[in-house]
Amino acid sequence: MVRYIERADNLSRLIEVNGQLLLDHERLDSERLRAFWKPIILSTGDEELFGDLYGAWEEGSAAVIRFLTDDRRNPNSIVSSIGQARENARMVRDQLSEELWEELNSLYLFINSRDGEALLANDPTRFYETIRRATFTFHGIAAASISRSESWEFMDLGRHLERADKTTRFLDITSFLPVDEEAASGAATFHWTAILRSCGALGAFRAEHRGEPSEESVVDFLMFSREFPRSVRYCVDRMDRNLHRISGAPRGTYSNEAERVTGRLLSELSYGSTDEVLAVGLHSYLDGMQERFNSIGGGVFRTYVQVRETGDERPPIPAANMSAVVAWQMSQQQQ
Amino acid sequence: MFEAYEANGFFDEMFAAGGEVRPHYRALLERFSSFPPDDFNARRAACDQHFLRQGVTFNVYHDDRGTERIFPFDPVPRVIPGAEWEHLEAGLTQRIIALNLFLHDIYHDQHILRDGVIPRFYIEEAKHYRPEFRGMNVPKDIYIHICGSDLIRGADGTYYVLEDNGRCPSGASYLLENRNALKRAFPNLFESLGVRPVDSYPRELLEMLHHVSPHREGEPVCVLLTPGCYNSAYFEHCYLAREMGIEIVEGRDLVVMDDFVYMRTTKGLVRVDVIYRRIDDDFLDPTVFRKDSVLGVPGIMRAYQAGNVALANAVGTGVADDKVIYYFVPKIIEYYLGQDPILPNVPTYLASEESDRKYILEHLPELVVKAANESGGYGMLMGPSASKEEIGLFHDKIIEDPRNFIAQPVVSLSRSPTYCDGIMEGRHIDLRPYIIYGDDVKIVPGGLTRVALKKGSLVVNSSQGGGSKDTWVLK
Repeated sequence: MVRYIERADNLSRLIEVNGQLLLDHERLDSERLRAFWKPIILSTGDEELFGDLYGAWEEGSAAVIRFLTDDRRNPNSIVSSIGQARENARMVRDQLSEELWEELNSLYLFINSRDGEALLANDPTRFYETIRRATFTFHGIAAASISRSESWEFMDLGRHLERADKTTRFLDITSFLPVDEEAASGAATFHWTAILRSCGALGAFRAEHRGEPSEESVVDFLMFSREFPRSVRYCVDRMDRNLHRISGAPRGTYSNEAERVTGRLLSELSYGSTDEVLAVGLHSYLDGMQERFNSIGGGVFRTYVQVRETGDERPPIPAANMSAVVAWQMSQQQQ
Repeated sequence: MFEAYEANGFFDEMFAAGGEVRPHYRALLERFSSFPPDDFNARRAACDQHFLRQGVTFNVYHDDRGTERIFPFDPVPRVIPGAEWEHLEAGLTQRIIALNLFLHDIYHDQHILRDGVIPRFYIEEAKHYRPEFRGMNVPKDIYIHICGSDLIRGADGTYYVLEDNGRCPSGASYLLENRNALKRAFPNLFESLGVRPVDSYPRELLEMLHHVSPHREGEPVCVLLTPGCYNSAYFEHCYLAREMGIEIVEGRDLVVMDDFVYMRTTKGLVRVDVIYRRIDDDFLDPTVFRKDSVLGVPGIMRAYQAGNVALANAVGTGVADDKVIYYFVPKIIEYYLGQDPILPNVPTYLASEESDRKYILEHLPELVVKAANESGGYGMLMGPSASKEEIGLFHDKIIEDPRNFIAQPVVSLSRSPTYCDGIMEGRHIDLRPYIIYGDDVKIVPGGLTRVALKKGSLVVNSSQGGGSKDTWVLK
């Protein structure tokens, strides 16, 4: 649930920031537009689906924005993510505070309403702002109303895992940029600034670094900052703490695969440096990072979700391919 | 809004014959009349918004966009004077006690059959009778822990019991949410009117669950067993579990070992003492009932029979809410309690009695015919509004399987003013109270008033165009 919320939040930043950046630049021909958006689609990992749905790039920015925002065929679009978050919340509603459910449900109702569609069409900036505010409100309510029990730790873990993943994907956007003769300092600064803003990090970055954002300084900040809440190091530190609170094992040790991978990653981030990253190459470094996020996610699933299936050989029932029989059994008439 | 209100022709809850407002509605009518129409409408819309935000909705199954509908809510409450409620309370209490004595007898020595009060055939042919549980003792000898006995009022205002729902009655969450919605939309309405609160329901439900726990040491672990998140009443299951502070589980979350039931948690297994199950008998245990059940818990019946876990409601209670057995409830009350029934049944004809069947078949256009074990308004013929084909169909069905049908004269349910497109119009209503049988019998004041929103309709079920109202019992 929390991962989906975080995803919607990040996507709305990404689209809005990049859409606004486009406005700062004079008319771009379709070749340029494509060069601009392609890395963004690649960074979400859904380029194949985008190709299937929209084919060539004739529609330009509008198609990309639609694909990422309210295309229900894209399971990772903002609208789909919020729908998923809300469906997950509905299943565990007994564990959520009333206010938390209401906030998420209101957001869901809004983006699926006529008003929501009209706002997206007429004032997209306010649309994305509404989503970001709602997700902040969601986190605020969660922080103020949920006991710091195991389920909180799981929620917090999911949030930081998604956040770390998205930060690396945002950083990765530059890797897909065409190597362009005029991609001199001006265009590069333009991209690094956009990435910082996508992470809501521009202000915090400026407080720490003087001068224009550069590859070194932005990677340094978004990967290694100890204080900024969306830096990868910060997120991994939180995940490490969440995992150990859940298992009860002391930090610095591990009792399952997820803890082992997270702990190792944390020490790499604690003692690593930007120079090393750039020596390996940013893209391959980030690739390795994302693989490890996947193995942490998989480890958590195997340790905590699959465990309850032991002894019960019946498979879990995902909504998408629920058989008619199960649907019929579940929908039994209540008196 | 009430200027053009037509109160004649039926028993009207708010107005006596001649158009005079009944005393227990007077204060409410004054308050409502003081709202300008626009303001009233805005407040009504606020109620709908409340339900939508809360997600108090029905799922429309197999819809990709997850279409959900709210259960329509009418803002005009139904008011029951204190003395009238005492009468209902006494009648419902008498009924649930008698039904429980009946079930205990049926699943033990069957005195009532031996004494010929009910022909044996009717029990043994009842769809929900579970002969394999004869001789088994259930915790505290309670079978129906939660009963929803639907009440209607006839043309003279007399209350009748229309049917008993003794398996998994639903709707209590709507009762609670209706009150919340009305309080939010009309905050000043409740001050001085003396409306009895309803919020004790979850607490009383939990106390009952504790009461039937088979284990004495420590606080009992209670869970709510749901068929799953795709059930139309899943909202209610979550709602009640949260209000009671108990876990909501699906069959796969429970496991039976050495005839004890355990719940899987991330910290290991936890023994479960009481299960408030919202899943039908048929699906409870694939090793005993339906083999294809993917919702149940293999072995749970063994644990139940060993007395290591309590189920609310018990297994096999459906025999008591079979509509044919309903016919015998007044006799059941006399037999076990030696009392006259406080609340009468609606006159009922049994299709398997020859003289009754003859009458039914000759009078189908005037009667309501019901299948013995359906709910939700399904399997029913409304004679006066039915087509020739429908009547012919039921005619054949009755001859084919008389045990499965009863018939009743059409009771013209009482009407209550209901907000319809800017004005008040009379709509037919019924009442489902929720009776809890634990240490003592507890009935939340009022219940769920269901209203047939279609003009002239007598069917209040939500699946067929019904809505609901807040129900006020006055002090």
